[in-house]
Amino acid sequence: MSEFVFLYRGEGDMRKLSPQEAQQSMQKWMAWFKELEKKGHLKSIGQPLEREGKVVGGKKPVTDGPYAETKDIIGGYSLIEARNLDEAAELAAGCPGIQRGGLVEVRPVMPLNV
Amino acid sequence: MDPAEHLFRQEAGRLTAILTRLFGVHNLALAEDVVQDAFCRALETWKFHGMPKNPSAWLMTTAKNRALEILRREGTARKFAPELGRFLESEWTLAPVVQEHFETASIQDDQLRMMFSCVHPGIPEEAQLALILHLLCGFSVEETAAAFLKKASAMEKRIGRAKKTLAGSRHLFDLTGAGDVAQRLPAVLRALYLLFNEGYHGASAESPVRGDLCAEARRLVSLLLDNPQTSTPAAHALSALLCFLAARLPGRLDATGNLTLLVDQDRSTWDRTLIAEGRRQLELSASGSDVTPYHLEAAIADVHAQAARSDDTDWNGIIALYDTLMKIQPSPVVALNRAVALAQRDGPGRGLEAIALIDNRKRLARYPFYFAAMGEFELGLARRDEAREHFRAALALARSPMERRFLEGRIRECGDVSPRRRADPAKGA
Repeated sequence: MSEFVFLYRGEGDMRKLSPQEAQQSMQKWMAWFKELEKKGHLKSIGQPLEREGKVVGGKKPVTDGPYAETKDIIGGYSLIEARNLDEAAELAAGCPGIQRGGLVEVRPVMPLNV
Repeated sequence: MDPAEHLFRQEAGRLTAILTRLFGVHNLALAEDVVQDAFCRALETWKFHGMPKNPSAWLMTTAKNRALEILRREGTARKFAPELGRFLESEWTLAPVVQEHFETASIQDDQLRMMFSCVHPGIPEEAQLALILHLLCGFSVEETAAAFLKKASAMEKRIGRAKKTLAGSRHLFDLTGAGDVAQRLPAVLRALYLLFNEGYHGASAESPVRGDLCAEARRLVSLLLDNPQTSTPAAHALSALLCFLAARLPGRLDATGNLTLLVDQDRSTWDRTLIAEGRRQLELSASGSDVTPYHLEAAIADVHAQAARSDDTDWNGIIALYDTLMKIQPSPVVALNRAVALAQRDGPGRGLEAIALIDNRKRLARYPFYFAAMGEFELGLARRDEAREHFRAALALARSPMERRFLEGRIRECGDVSPRRRADPAKGA
């Protein structure tokens, strides 16, 4: 088994959701995580991230967010176990955020031992 | 209905009411923003961490903290609730006052205050219903539009205008003025009655959201019953009526999802618990000297509920109740329902006679049930051609796919067009 980080990016504007839609979206996410866990893929569910933040370095040493286009903002991350990148990508395809215009960036964690 | 299924919606209604009270009605938009923010945070964090044990409390705390932050930051620049004015200006009183508003009894009052405010005399009745659904029940503009079978763009305008009137009214409705409460209560009851009706006549598999209207209307009526000022005999009578009608909801559709006439319904599907609750409310409504239309409509619904089979219905009792209803609130629709009851007792011919005698019959010209009733009577007299014409007229006015399907079924029941009425086949070719 290999480890992967899922970065959840740019799920559409949550503020546009009605309470009922927000609840449905949340329930879909929770069901998706539950499914990953049941199948033993969820190493760590991870954390949601605040939208605002600071970018440090570059020409302007400190920049207040938003520092990227909405679609690039990372809303959270999880740690996933899968056989290979293809399987990880397949798992990511079921992410409910995608239905709302979001993306999942799937990145293999570089192992210490080669 | 699973309460958790609409948790966010109901919490949105409660939070909007509390925050509007704190910020002042002119800051309605700000209150809505804060509610929206609270839901965004809930959605983001709960999907990772799971739902907290007490999600309502979590949402309340999140909204409360945000409210405090705004009140502190903008306290000097912006005017907030004039009713609370000085209490919000000092840090000594700010936090306790805000805390107080997030406590149960106060939340009930805030919702009532909002409900009474939505039934503003300057807002047209249809818009009042939409506003109640939007602000107190947490329906988005799109969902409200779907509930009323209207286009979203039209609903957006309607709600926008109503909000403007509400925000411009400067004060939320004052619940402490007993006279004012008594004066506006009838309009509130009427709005909730109409809200329920809207759902009752439209509830369908295609738009399940409309069934929710019935549940929401009943929830708001129960808020009225929890407050001594608003739990009047009329409010109990309305509650009784809605219980009886809601009890019949499962029987309104047959196994294939089609509308079923009251006399044909499978009465074993009626909800006995709701009927019992309706009786209890009807008893509570029987105090004081006022008999409202809700009392009579509830009593009629109760007579139906008492009959185990449609043949056992006490039509004499129902007709007597309609006679009284005609005395206190005469209307062509009531007269039409009375005619239907007469036809049940004395035969379809009597029903047609009674319809012919209705005053202001013209006002029924857009009412599908008027033509449907005449269709039934004509069909009962085996005058199929006349019946078909009436059902077709009703079909042209039908408001939902379910009503249309039902009426198409009635038209089929009338059989083929008889030869003397058949149009010249050459013409259509």
